This record gives sequence, C-alpha cells and structure tokens, in this order.
Amino acid sequence: MKDDFLVFDHVTKRFGALTAVDDVSLSIKKGEFFSLLGPSGCGKTTLLRMLGGFERPDSGRIYLEGKDITDLPPNQRRVHTVFQNYALFPTMTIWDNIAFSLKIAKLPKGEIEERVDAILDMIQMSEHAWKYPNQLSGGQKQRVAIARALVDRPQVLLLDEPLAALDLKLRQHMLIELDTIHDQVGITFIYVTHDQGEAMSLSDRIAVLNHGKVEQLDGPAKIYEAPASRFVASFIGDTNFFSGTIESISGDYCTIQCEGFPAIRAYNDKNLAVGQRVDLSVRPEKIRVTLNPPPPEKGADINVFPSTVQDIVYQGVYTKYWIKADSMRVSAIKPHSRFLLDQETITWNDSAFVWWHPDDGYMVEVK
Amino acid sequence: MSGAGPSRKTEWLVTLPSFVWLLVFFAIPALIVLAFTFHGHTANGGVGEWSLSTWRELVDPDYPTIVWKTIRVSFEVTAWCILLALPCAYAIARLPKRWRALVAGAIMLPFWTSFVVRVFAWKTMLHPAGWLQTCYHAYLHFKYWLIACLPGVSVPAAAPGAGNDCLIGMAGCAIDAAKTTILDSEIAVVLVSVYSFLPFAIMPIYTAAEKFDFSLLEAARDLGAKNFYAFRKIFIPGIWQGIVSAVLMVFIPAIGSYVIPQMLGGTDCILIGNKIFMRAMQNRNIPHASALATLMAVSVFVPMGIAMWWRKRQAARDRRRLEVRTAQLMTAGGVS
Repeated sequence: MKDDFLVFDHVTKRFGALTAVDDVSLSIKKGEFFSLLGPSGCGKTTLLRMLGGFERPDSGRIYLEGKDITDLPPNQRRVHTVFQNYALFPTMTIWDNIAFSLKIAKLPKGEIEERVDAILDMIQMSEHAWKYPNQLSGGQKQRVAIARALVDRPQVLLLDEPLAALDLKLRQHMLIELDTIHDQVGITFIYVTHDQGEAMSLSDRIAVLNHGKVEQLDGPAKIYEAPASRFVASFIGDTNFFSGTIESISGDYCTIQCEGFPAIRAYNDKNLAVGQRVDLSVRPEKIRVTLNPPPPEKGADINVFPSTVQDIVYQGVYTKYWIKADSMRVSAIKPHSRFLLDQETITWNDSAFVWWHPDDGYMVEVK
Repeated sequence: MSGAGPSRKTEWLVTLPSFVWLLVFFAIPALIVLAFTFHGHTANGGVGEWSLSTWRELVDPDYPTIVWKTIRVSFEVTAWCILLALPCAYAIARLPKRWRALVAGAIMLPFWTSFVVRVFAWKTMLHPAGWLQTCYHAYLHFKYWLIACLPGVSVPAAAPGAGNDCLIGMAGCAIDAAKTTILDSEIAVVLVSVYSFLPFAIMPIYTAAEKFDFSLLEAARDLGAKNFYAFRKIFIPGIWQGIVSAVLMVFIPAIGSYVIPQMLGGTDCILIGNKIFMRAMQNRNIPHASALATLMAVSVFVPMGIAMWWRKRQAARDRRRLEVRTAQLMTAGGVS
C-alpha cells in the first residue's frame, strides 16, 4: 500500500472530544482527480490540512511517493493548496503572486519570468499581470490562485472548496476550466467539496466522508448508482427509502414487505435470505408517475402503486412530484418531453400510479 | 460637474468642524510661534519689537549638535519601539478574541499613572543604589567569582598578591564602571523613552494586525516560505500603514521630549526640548524658544517632505515600468 502515490495509513485526528478524522486509510493514484466529498464537519478539510502540513495527525502516517511526509512542515512538501478564500497576497501584483514560490526556490530570473508568463498565458490573464488582487473578479482571482499553486509544479494540488465563493454560472464555467487545467498539467488534484455536482462532474474517484470516516470510495457513477450506505444514497442526489423485511425470493428477485407500504419487488443483488431487514433506495428519476396504470408490455413483475398527487414543483428542466402512496410520501421527477403539454396532465390531488422496475431499486443497508 | 456639486457641498460641511479646529488650535498658534521668531525680547520676558535679532542669536555652535542629537535619539527610540512592537502586536492579534481586548487594555494600563511619576520611578530603579543596578552588580560579582572558580584559570604571574585577588580586582573595576553608567546618560533616556512610547507603537500596529488575514501566512508557507520569510514578505507589507502611523506616533513625541532627558539625561543627554524649555521658562526669552521650535520643525519636515516627494516619483516610475512590461507581455502572448 505504501507503494501507491499518496497514502493515508490509518490516520486519526481529534480536536478535544471531537474525532474529526477517524482511522482513515486512503490511497490515491498519480495524476488522479480525486475528491473528498461530505457534509460540513465530516473531516474532509482536516484531511486536506494534514496533507498540506497545517495539522498533524494524532496517529497514523501519510506517505507521498513512498516517503513519510507526516511530520514535514508545509514549506518542505511539494504539495500546494488553492484556498477557499484564494488567499492571494494583497500587497503584490498578480505577477508577483504567481512568482512567489519560484522566488523562494531561488530559480534564475529568466526562468521565473518564462514560467510565470507561460502560466499567465495558460489561464488567459496576461493582460492583468500587473494588477493587484482587489482589482480582479472572483473567477479571475480563482484562476490566479490555481496558477500560483501550479507554477512550481507541485506533486499534488489541493483544492479546498475552490468554487464555493463563485456564483452558479461562473462555477459551471470554472468546472470546465479546472478539468482542462488538470488535463494540461497532469498533476494529482485533490478536491474537497460538499457539492456532489462538482465532485461528480470532475472526479476520477470520490471518497464520501461522514463523521470522519470514509463511507464509500468509488467512481462517480458507482457512487450514484450503487451507494454503499443509506448516508451515501441520501447525500448524493435525492432518493426514496423503503425499509422492510425480505418476505420471499424467486430467482434473482425478492419481495420486500415494508412498513406502511405494499410489498415491493427488487433485484436481490446482495443475495439476501428471507427474513433479513433492508433499506431499499429508489431514485426519483427512476419512478414514473402516470394517470393510467403502466402498459402490460412493461412486464408483470413491475412495482405499481395507486397514489395521490400532493405537491408539484416545476423546475424548468423537469417537474418534481410529491406523491402519497399508502402512508409514504414518494418523490418522483419527470422531464418534459413536450413543452408544457405533458405537465398539464397531472395536477394536485389527482389519483395517479407510481411505478418502477424491480431493477431500479437498490438495497443500501442490510441489518 | 453638476452631479458633483451637492456631494461636494456636503463633503465640505462634514469637513468644516475639523478644519476650523485645526485652524484655530494648530495653524494659527503655529503661525504665532513663527511670528515671535521675528521679534526681539524684552528684559522682563516679554515679546519685543519686530527684528531679526532672535535669528541672529541662534548662531550658537551648540545648537546643531543638540538638534542632531535629538534627531539621532528619536530615531533610535523609534527603531527600538517598532522592533519591539512588531512581535508584540503580532502575538496579541493571534490571541483568542476575548484575550485580545484584555491584553490591549493591559498595555494601556500604565497611562493611569502620571507620566512624570513613572519616569521618576525609573530614576530610583536606575540609581546606583537602585535595585536594577544592584542586580547588575550581583551578576558581575557572580560572574567573576565563577571565572575564578573555574579550573585552569591562569592568574598572571606578575599580579601582586596571590590567587584570585587579581580577578576580584577586575570585578571591582567592572562594578565601579557599571556604577557610573545607566542613570544620567543617553542610554537611560533611550531606555525610558522606549518604555514610555512603546504603547503608542503597539496600538496602531496591533490595529492593523488585527485586520490582517493570517491565512495569508499559511498560504505563504504552503508555497514554500519559511516562517520568517512569510513574516517579512507578507505580514510586514500587509500592516505597513500601521507601521507608518506607529513611526509617526513615536517619532513626533520623541522629537519634542523634554521630561525624560531632564530627569534621566544628566549632563550626557540634553535635547532640543530641554533647550526650548530653558529659553522659555528660565531665560524668559519666548522669541528665542520659538525660533528653536521652528528650527526643529524645519529640520524634521524638510527631509520628510523630500522623502515623500521621492517616494511619489518612484511610485510613478514603477507604474510606468509595469505598463511597459504589460505591453511587452501582451505582444509576446499575441505572437505565441
């Protein structure tokens, strides 16, 4: 394991009574775009700060290219951070901000100029080189912060919620830009965020953290489609949970008897036995809502439940429905296939059918 | 222009009170002092007829020496104050919030005691029989006794008497020398001035440091800077305005200081403040005192004015250089 590029080996960090990072082991590959995703207080920033050298773990070691860097001060590791508030030096020009690490490394003057000019060109900020940080917009500051951290070619670039301070449009633009920069420089990026959208769209792999522990480490699609726990399923995207006991098994499928809900058929991918308790997660976009029952060609083992429409939230791209089926409030979303036409068919207090294929339910937690 | 009209008017109204205040209590008195210098003095201590006699009397060979000494001592005091205030202010600004106010309050605490009383307290401490000097003696005794006890200390053969007498003699000499040093010397004046003015240096620097974003130091270390480098390149420029006000807050009172040299300077340290005091209060020659005050002000403000003009010119030059550099960079980018 120590042979991997970057390794957290049973790392624990406590602040007083709080265990911020609880026995975390991770290994990150060279050149990877790796995300640490979790709600605030899950320990993701503490992990990042330990990697930057700003915190020391209470136990466990951190290895970078096989070398133990746990006790090295920040200025002796080739790991740079893009801070959430950018932390650009306000008394220096953009050019001097970017040249900072090169000057410390005492590179020859010509090479410093060459490298700074090149990276300014890459982030398309050449014409702003002699401005001061307070003269730049948020997105420009962000680009300068990234350039400053990349210019002396660190082994790892840490990004601490770098887009949190930007507005939505700019955030989407910077996402693409970050991805491009990562492809250009080929340096390992470690990205901390609480925004699942950012993590999903950028990362090769994501570690989902909760209460200082890694709940799941997988690629974005795997994390969304096959969440390892109830927490992961609810934190990444929306979902409906159905708790119940396995009543019968037929082939690859099983029937789950739920509390306050009719029996549900689901794909038994975990090979569970009759009598085991499970939480079934069904994503809203997998659930269909129609006024008529589903056509028979959809199959006989499909889950169909009569229900009443309670709430409708129009969100442009799609409409979200809150539907009362038995004693459960189920959410379902439906994209619009035709402008405003299909939306009118279902309205408040309509009796409707919710239905989904047994393969679209995923068993997240077995008790 | 029409839009600028009303806002200009309100700006004027807001500025007016402080302007009047400065005019009445600063500008006019300063002009009166200047006018006095062009008068003679009467035997009874009054201001005499218009004349240039006062300026002619000023050609005293002692004055340039005293002015120079005043400037030099003020510089020393300012330098020490800034040097001590920087780490203090940094440390206070890094304290948890509720401690900051407490410590800042503690720094202002000495002001509850009269300045003259505090300076007088130093006089007793620095007195040859005072406890500071006594401690210093004890230290010297101990040091020479320790040297004498060390094995292999060779006592010069030529020394009269045997054994350690010579070293004890040396100790005696050193102690005699120490007795005549601190009180009534320039060192005492600098020491007590630094003590008195230090809060004036700490407060503006602390105010600037409190607003300083300390995550910048973290960013600097992250980019490879050692602690002191980050302090020098990021912290100091970040609180530069605070340092400038601290320099002014210390240097200006130091230039006019007369209580401290009066009480602690002895014959070793007379500053221009003392001379002005003597001329005004003892010789009862107000025009002469005014001329000295004017001389002092001119010898401080003229170099300061030149320095400011120089900095402005430098800044304009830098800006032009940067513009040229940007243009170069842009054409280089266009080519590639």
